[in-house]
Amino acid sequence: MDHFPTNWGRPRNDAYDPYGTFPLPHRPNNHAKDTFAEGVQRTQQPIVTGTSVLALKYKDGIMMAADTLASYGSLARFKDVTRLHPVGNYTVIGAGGDMSDFQYIQKFLDELIIDEFTAQDGHDLGPAQIHEYLSQVMYSRRSKINPLWNSLLVGGFKDGKSFLAYVDLLGTTYSASTLATGYGAYLAQPLLRKEVEGKEDTLTAEEAVRIMETCIRVLYYRDARSIDKYQLATITAEGIKIIDSRPISTSWSFAEGIRGYGAQTQ
Amino acid sequence: MPDMHSLAQAQPQQQSFNPYTENGGTILAIAGADFSVIAGDTRQSEGYNIQTRYAPKVFRLTDKAVLAVNGFAADGNMFVKKVRQRLEWYRHAHAKDMPIRAIARLIQTMLYSRRFFPYYVYNILGGIEEDGTGAVYSFDPVGSYEREACRAAGAAQSLVQPFLDNQIYFKNQTPAPGTSFPRHLPLPTVLSLVIDSFTSATERHIEVGDGLEIYVVLSKNSPSIQGLRDVRGVTELTATEDGERVFVVRRELKKD
Repeated sequence: MDHFPTNWGRPRNDAYDPYGTFPLPHRPNNHAKDTFAEGVQRTQQPIVTGTSVLALKYKDGIMMAADTLASYGSLARFKDVTRLHPVGNYTVIGAGGDMSDFQYIQKFLDELIIDEFTAQDGHDLGPAQIHEYLSQVMYSRRSKINPLWNSLLVGGFKDGKSFLAYVDLLGTTYSASTLATGYGAYLAQPLLRKEVEGKEDTLTAEEAVRIMETCIRVLYYRDARSIDKYQLATITAEGIKIIDSRPISTSWSFAEGIRGYGAQTQ
Repeated sequence: MPDMHSLAQAQPQQQSFNPYTENGGTILAIAGADFSVIAGDTRQSEGYNIQTRYAPKVFRLTDKAVLAVNGFAADGNMFVKKVRQRLEWYRHAHAKDMPIRAIARLIQTMLYSRRFFPYYVYNILGGIEEDGTGAVYSFDPVGSYEREACRAAGAAQSLVQPFLDNQIYFKNQTPAPGTSFPRHLPLPTVLSLVIDSFTSATERHIEVGDGLEIYVVLSKNSPSIQGLRDVRGVTELTATEDGERVFVVRRELKKD
């Protein structure tokens, strides 16, 4: 007689202990059957992903750029997704990596801003505070082996000072006058450094836009998970401006003369 | 009959997420008779990418203790944050700064408490002991530690430590007849050795470069202050001249 009610009415596994002679505690289905028996399911890989985010320091503050694609593997699944998100009045965060994790981050940061606003204590969170908070969340989630699968840029401008920093799924943080995530770190960062390093205080908004467009274009040419539509954000003394998504101009005329690219004539 | 154990105990699958990375860079500390020098480069990298050219790895804890951390940067920053919190609690409880040998033991217990999910960080603690001597304590990621005269850690440890063994401990050298090697070197000599160590490590190791931060801790009324007089790019971090004094020397390293 099997005294374990959880086994009653279930098919007996004849491949294992066909004569019911095996000691009871060692029988199949007799171990604890809680939700965690087979391990908690955690984010083990990103599913719907965004690619690079770019950011630079310029004369008036911070400029950030990201294309609008959210990919599902190699499928260009959502083609008009905003990956730049304002947090409070002084900060913009930009995300690469898992977009559902990013939406969760947007949600709890928005709640944080509301909580801080409700306090009405004469203080509000600047970019440095938001970056610190976000870093602690990202680090604690990695320490629980349950990471938020993103690399994020935090850009901001408050009290006459610009702020630009990075944080990722491991809780790694750093700050520099130009930052790029994902493929941008390989393709755009060298271009950004060449154009920006040492010129942070003189670079105009027009020049910054031109540099960003160049980088976004290079990424579109070479990063297969990118799209020719992007958004730009500026954070300056005037506040946050996030420009509606717009297309990047591309040129493919070079292809005509190359066998294998253009129409084949022979 | 099939293998009973594999059927009976379905184990959770191994997860692929790796919670660690390695962020390069090198740190180094040398103890003198009445001073201590703690240095680190400022490059932070991952693989072949330079993440930033300025991410400090050396931190002033008190007026007589400086901590250098190297390895996984996120763990390093969190560890320094927690050590500083414990030192603040100590200051509020006892109205004085924790002595360096107590900080060293504190770091050991903090590291070992994470024995089975370690902080992936190599620590070097430098400063002034209560008897006024220069001290260097070095740790492994799980808390084994010892007091030494000099130690290098990090990406270029294997390049720098043998150089230090030769120049500080005079290993593989024989003194001229009738003479002996000094037990401690003067501050200007130590500073030159530190700068040379880092310029050489920068030449031969891709993860080392960009900037150099050298912290100098002097004991009370130390005559070694003379050795800092003509040093380029030195800033004092302590407010008063009547206790231990902390200085930092910032230098550029090659950026390629």
